[in-house]
Formats: sequence, C-alpha cells, structure tokens
Amino acid sequence: MSALRFEPDDKYNAFLTVCKAPEGGNGKLSGIPVAVKDNISTQGIETTCASKILKGYIPPYDAHAVELVKAAGAAIAGKTNMDEFGMGTSTENSAFGPTLNPRDTGRVPGGSSGGSAAAVASGMVRMALGTDTGGSIRCPASFCGIVGLKPTYGRVSRYGLIAYANSLETIGPMAANVLDVSLLMSVIAGHDRHDATSQDRPYSHTPSADIKGTRIGIPQEYFGAGVDPAVAAVVKKAIGRLEELGAVTVPCSIPSMEYALAAYYVICTSEASSNLARFDGVRYGPAVEIKKSWHAAFQDARREGFGPEVRRRIMLGTFALSSGYYGKYYAKAQIARENIRKDFARLFADVDVLCGPTMPTIAFKLGEKSDPLSMYLSDILTVPVNLAGIPAISVPCGTVQDMPVGLQIMGRPFEDERVIDVAYAYEQGGQP
Amino acid sequence: MTGPEPETQVVVGLEVHCQLDTKSKLFCSCSTDYRNDGPNTHVCPICLGLPGTMPMVNKKVIEYAMKVAKALNCEIAEESEFARKNYFYPDLNKAYQITQYDKPLALGGYVEIEGDDGKERKIQLTRIHVEEDPGRLVYMGNAERGRYSLVDYNRAGIPLIEIVSEPEMRSPKEARKFLNKLRATLEYLGVFDSDKEGSLRVDANISIKGSERVEVKNITSYKGVEKALTFEVTRQKNLLRRGLKVDRETRHYLEARGITQSARSKEMENDYRYFPEPDLRPLRVKSWVKDIALPELPDARRERFVAQYGCSLNHARTLTGELKTANFFEAVVAKNKDSCTLAATWIADTLTGELNYRDMGIDGVDPVKFAGLIALLKAGTITDKSGVEVLRAMLDEQHKGETVETPQAIVKRLNLGKTAGDDGAIHAAIKEAISENPKAIEDYRAGKKGAMNFLVGQVMKKTRGRADPGELNKLMETALKSLE
Amino acid sequence: MVSEKDVEHIGELADIGIDAAELATFTGQFNAIVEYFDVLDKVHGDDAGARDRYNILREDEAEPSLPREVALQNAGAQEDGFIKAPRVM
Ligand SMILES: [Zn+2]
Repeated sequence: MSALRFEPDDKYNAFLTVCKAPEGGNGKLSGIPVAVKDNISTQGIETTCASKILKGYIPPYDAHAVELVKAAGAAIAGKTNMDEFGMGTSTENSAFGPTLNPRDTGRVPGGSSGGSAAAVASGMVRMALGTDTGGSIRCPASFCGIVGLKPTYGRVSRYGLIAYANSLETIGPMAANVLDVSLLMSVIAGHDRHDATSQDRPYSHTPSADIKGTRIGIPQEYFGAGVDPAVAAVVKKAIGRLEELGAVTVPCSIPSMEYALAAYYVICTSEASSNLARFDGVRYGPAVEIKKSWHAAFQDARREGFGPEVRRRIMLGTFALSSGYYGKYYAKAQIARENIRKDFARLFADVDVLCGPTMPTIAFKLGEKSDPLSMYLSDILTVPVNLAGIPAISVPCGTVQDMPVGLQIMGRPFEDERVIDVAYAYEQGGQP
Repeated sequence: MTGPEPETQVVVGLEVHCQLDTKSKLFCSCSTDYRNDGPNTHVCPICLGLPGTMPMVNKKVIEYAMKVAKALNCEIAEESEFARKNYFYPDLNKAYQITQYDKPLALGGYVEIEGDDGKERKIQLTRIHVEEDPGRLVYMGNAERGRYSLVDYNRAGIPLIEIVSEPEMRSPKEARKFLNKLRATLEYLGVFDSDKEGSLRVDANISIKGSERVEVKNITSYKGVEKALTFEVTRQKNLLRRGLKVDRETRHYLEARGITQSARSKEMENDYRYFPEPDLRPLRVKSWVKDIALPELPDARRERFVAQYGCSLNHARTLTGELKTANFFEAVVAKNKDSCTLAATWIADTLTGELNYRDMGIDGVDPVKFAGLIALLKAGTITDKSGVEVLRAMLDEQHKGETVETPQAIVKRLNLGKTAGDDGAIHAAIKEAISENPKAIEDYRAGKKGAMNFLVGQVMKKTRGRADPGELNKLMETALKSLE
Repeated sequence: MVSEKDVEHIGELADIGIDAAELATFTGQFNAIVEYFDVLDKVHGDDAGARDRYNILREDEAEPSLPREVALQNAGAQEDGFIKAPRVM
C-alpha cells in the first residue's frame, strides 16, 4: 500500500470530497486515482448523493464496485458531484452547487454523473465511476467529450449504490478513452452475493477495432423530432465512418419509443418515492427533531433535506403508486417497458448494435432548462436502454459549436464487449 | 343443532405473525439470537436500512414457510414475489416493509379444531406469506418533559410468516383453540420457538353477524387472544343492546388492562402503495413441496397416544397440545411401560395444573424422576394424596433452583410411605380420633352415616394422607364395632 | 386534473412537508407532467416476459454484525444503545 498525493485544482466543482492522500495498492489499476460518484458508498468517506439530507453520512461499508476497484490497486481520489440522488440531466440539482463543463464553463456538464465526467474531461483523474439510471453516465460523457459505458443490467453489482431507481440503474465506468473504460469495466463486472439482481457474467475483454460485417441498426426515432439537426448530422457522419470501416447499416424503427419517456419517469419516480422514504433523520443524516410527533418531525427533516427536484419526483412517484392510480400509471409503465424490451429484441435479431446520438443536443447553458418537463424531454434517447436493461456506450464523435457530441452504441444484453468494440473502432479510425 | 341466538353470532378471523427459528435474519446474515443482548447489537448495514444496501433472501425461511404451508394443507403458488409496503414509522428501517402482497407463497389450507359444539371443524386459511419483522420501539418521557421513542433494530429483519384465516371461528374460545392448534403444529415442525417472547403475535377481526367488523391489533401473546376477543364480544353486544351501532374501526389491545381501545388515528387508513420489490427476484418453488418431509403432527400423535397407550381422547388432546408435554409423556412411559394411563392422568391433570399454578413450564421437569413417582404410585407405596405432596416438593425445589430430590428421598424425608395395617401409627391415630370426638361416636351410634366418614377424615389428617383409604375404612369399622 | 388538495394529500403520504406557498407551483408542474404521462393510456400488452430469473437465495448462515458504535455512528441522538426517535403516541 502506498499513499498518493491528490490535490487537484477543482475549478469545476467536480468533487464534493477530495481524498488528498489516497491509498493505492497492486493490481490492474495500480496507482491510478479513480473518482467515485457520491451516490456510491465508500467506507469512511462521506457519501451524500449531493443532498443535504445525507450531509455528514459516513458509510460503514464499501460498495461492491468500490471494493473491487480498491482490490485492483486503485486509489479512491474523491467523491464527485452529481444531481441530487441522480435526479437530473445537468448536475445543477446538487445541494452543493452545480458542476461546470470543462469545455465551456458557461454550460452544464450533463448529469447526473456530471462531477465524474468533469473530473475525467479536465484530466484531474484518469477514470471515474458513474451511475446510469436514465442516461446519467452517457449524457455527461457526451456533453464533456469523454467515453462512458452503461453496462448491461446485472453485470455490475449495485450493492452500495444508493438506490434511486433499482430496476433501471447500474454503476459503470467513465474515462477519456475506450481502453480505459474497458479496463475499469473488467475490474467492476461480475457476480456479487449481496445483489440478487447481479449475474455471473464477468468481463475480460481486449477491445478489437475490427468491425467488418458488423450490422448496425439506425432507428429513425433517434433522428426525429426534438433532435438538433446539427447534432444529427455529426452523428450521421460518424455512422458513415463506421460503414467505411466495414460495418453494414440497416434503417429500423422502435415504435414503443413513443411511450419510453413516460414509462421511464413513472417507474423511476415510483421506485424513488419508496427508496428515498428511509431518509427521515433517525439512523443517519442530520438528526430529526425528536420532541415532535413522528410525521411532523419527518416532514420537517425531509422538507429541509431534499431539494425541489427530489421532492417533485418523490411526490410524482407517490402519486403513481397511490391507490386508484397504480393501474393507470405503474402497471401501464411496466407493460410499456416490456414492449420496449420486445422491440429491442426484435431489432437485435437482425442487427448487432444500434447507433444514434446520445443526447438530442449539445450541453445546455447553465440555468437554461428551468422547467422540469423540458429537462425530462432531453432524456428521450438514453432512457430506452435503461428500460430494456441493455448495454450502451457514448463515445465522442465530433462537435457542434465547439461542444462535444456523443455517438451512442447500444447492444444486446451482456454484449457489452461488442459496444466497446464498435466504440473502439470509431475512436481508432473515426478521424480519417 | 340449537345454535346461539342470531344477533349474538360471533365471527372471528385471525392474522397470526410467527417468527421463524432460523439462524440468520430474512435478508441479511445477522444472527437472530438477540434476546439476551443489548439494543442494536445484532444489526448490519442491511437491517439498519443503510443507503445502498440490498436484501438477499434466506433460503431456510422459504423452506420453513413451505413446511408450515404443507402441514396446513396449503397450495404453494406457482410463482410468488416480495413487495414493498410503504409507510413511515420510526421502527421501520427502510420506511417500507418487505412483505408479500398479491403473490403470496401459499394459498388456502385449513386448521382442524374441536368446535364449541364438540365436533371437529376445519377453519379455512386464506394464505400464508413471508415478511420481515420491524424493529422495536420503547416509549419514553412524559407529557411534561416531552415524549420520544427509543429504537432497537435487533428485531428488524427477523423472518416472519403471516398466516391469515378466513373469518370462520364462532367464538373467542374457538379462536384460542385455533391458535393452540396452530402453535402446536408450528412447534412440531421445528420451525418456531414459542418460548421466545413475542414470537407469536396476532391481529384479529371480529364482528357480530350483521354488524361492522372491528380489527383488534397488537395482541402480543397468544393467551391474550381469548381475553381480547371476549372483551370485544361484550363491548359490541352492549352497544347493540343499547341500540347503538358498532363502528368499523381498528382497536388496540392493551394487554395489561385486558381491554381494547380505539386506535382513532388516520395513520390506520394508510395507503401502503405496494409494488414488487425491485431488488429481489420471484420465487418458483412449488416443485420443492414433494421433497419436504413432515414430522408426526399433533393430530396424528393424539391418535397414536389413544391407540398405543390407551389414553382417553381428552388426555391425548392435552398431552399432544404442546410438543414438550407430548415428549415428556413419552419419556415417562418409556420407563413405566405398564402404567401408561396412570402417567397420562398424572401428567395431563395433576402435573399440568401444578405447573400452571407455579407459572412454570414442563421443560425443567426431569422425566426420569417423574417416572419414579409414577412407579411409586403404581406399586402402591404411596397414596395419590402423598403423590401430590411429593410432586409439589419436587416442583418447589425446582422453582427455587435447588437440586430436585428423587421421589423416594422425598417420601422418606417427609415420612409419606403408605401406612400398612400393622403400622402402630394408624392404630394410635384411630384411637386418638375416637377419644377426641365423642360427639361423632354418638352420631355413629345413632346410625348417622356421615360420622364414620368424619372420623376417617380425622385419621387421614393425623397420618398426613399416608393411610390407604380403603384399608383405613376397614380398620375404622372394626374399631367402632369393637366399641359396642 | 390534479388538484391542490390532491397534491397536499400526496405530500402527506410522502411526508415531504409542503408549504402553502409551494402548493400552487407544485400543482402546476404536477399537472404538466401527469398530462405527459397520459400517453401510457394508449399502451397495450402484458408484462409477463420480464421475469427471467427465479429463486435467488442465500444459505442460512449467521455472520458477525457491526460493532454497536459503528452501527450507531451516523445516528443523531442515542440513549443507552438505542437510537432516539420522535414520539409516536
Ligand atoms: Zn443485519
């Protein structure tokens, strides 16, 4: 074990906690500082989910992924900023101030893993762990010009990831290039006896840039209404480059996309309303006032502790699950989710991967999206992947107004290797 | 059949929560053996509900629950799943309880009881499901200094099964019989330890036909059920008699006062917002049923006691009503193969009564020593009355934590050996009784039958029950005749 | 339409603590979002396919619990090894 010096000049508010002398060890990640999103539990290091309600909370245990990263010799460099509990697409919803995009500090880094993306994009760390519930790894990767993988659901243990929406989210690797993303993925993937949804599908893959004959589906919905034509053009060009590298493209359609965003928001808010109920100030977090009756005391603690977006989503989820509405919202969302899964399965019978933009636009300006619904709409291209549980990667593929654009590559369940390969091929041969 | 009057027809349904006796908790590996330890000493990140933790189902809990389901003739569901029941309470570590909702582990089934009419009745079950116990709250403070609660999460995550009956019991007494039978079955299955405090908790619903249903919660001992329900029947009948109506409500049972009290709280109308637990996967365990071996259950054992040992049906029922009593009986008769009915009587009637009186369990009673007592009785060495004294001495010694003497030693120490006809002591006692009671002698001479019995009683007193009653009667008769 | 009264009720269920001042804003946003959710009314099908894994279970083995001081390290107020909480009666 050896202590590293880690004293970055954090101009972007990427870190909530910096570990100045992190311990490293021997292994695949020997001596590499790795930043960890602040919703992933780290033993002995404050873990807040960027929320006042967890201020001061020191987990007595490590998330499984953190255990693995440490065992591989990496040094935990610090905890990164995020939208509170992962609820946002800009990292503006942090109780501790927004993270700025290193490519343009007037713009957001994307979210919710904005701190991890900014830490990597600015070169403060070589790699970082993020989490992706509806695009939270891929969006900031796209906005900051780095690579981010949302692994297949079940491939990386969620144990220790502070749940926002259990059935949708996963921990995943973020780095400046595909090889580092692949390396970190090889460390964190695998079965965990503490996570009943994790599967015994370890990842040990050497990326290959040979994509000759790979069949790529191009869903029309990823280039339709709401997608900035300039962004669409950059991505189309990138797909053209993949064709030049030997891939075959096939136009296709995902009809159930129409319901994807609504289904996603019903499911994630429903699960969140239950997951976040435990924050009552009794067992952790700023202490609840004990002289009041419990409902009044809990209401005070939760009004003070949660930011507006978190409260909004808790209420939406409570509403969606409440008696009389369950069938209209939650049950229907599950059906929509199954339809989306089936649509993907049908497409993957014919093509190996699907490609499109990661985000419909480039990074927006700080404060630009003040209306909740308009912010939700920007998740439209990332949430279908979470509903289907499939792997997807965002790899930089050009710029619009000097801001990075991400190419999203989606694959069959447990074919994380293949989306890595296509991303690697583009990264190696993208700029002719 | 002449039933009770229509307006007093009582209908009772029960929800029984039973802690399963596994080594570890339902969703984490904390030990379940917490009762002798301080608060919050059997907790881990999972059962504290720390952020980021996830549940992992204990296989043994499912196996135990299925064993119960099979014993109670339930149907195991093709597919079952866990769900979250969302509500706020300080003892609830995650602000939701992981339970089963629309897909329980087992459906249907029944418990057979002896009905109030003396006939065997099948009380149908609705379902059995698995869930976690919440933590424990202690109420502190007072109105002046402010109230607060203290929470101990040792109990949080202890595995429970909830057994839900149809509303088919017709009286508080039938409810008690249902619970006794259920408890015995759970004990026989080896999945439950009834000695552990709070290991069986009951919610009851009770109505008088044609009136609203009342839920009685918080009955923490199975003995409290009959009391709580009897109180409710009286309360509801009184309301109806005065022309008032019974409100549909939830009431708490206050064990110490033996009454129920309206919960009068809107928390009781909670909307629990159940949904499937996303961190767990469904169960498909129906095919395991065929591999579950059941031990001999109370009904079978009762029938065997009648057939094998010649016990009366009533004695057999009492003896098999608790696993420990049944095991004790068989240990005693193993030593007294020719005194089965004597042992049955002494255990079912005498021993049970003496234990109840002392609030003791049968656990500490040594079957070998008890068998020695039966042998003395069988051999006619002591009278029944002396037998009771020997038993009392043994139990008192045990109760005080002293070494329990053998029955033989007690007989010797207290000089309880039965007096024989040539025993000088009995003749002396007869003489004394005659000389001390001239009035009785007069009565005897006047032909009053009672006088003889009175004199025999006096001798019994003087010999402290050691005299054989039959023999004494003869001797007294001879003595009185010789007076003439 | 979701009314302010509905939002108030939901706030109670969620113990989220809504001030009267916030109620109108929340209700407006709520209605916009819930209206967007109505697209789900058009969804048809069944959700039977998602359950591909069953019987994920662990063996009944006890492992050491946390030392009490670690278990309670994040709790606000304590008394004799208990965690202090608001009153319930
Ligand atoms: Zn535990």
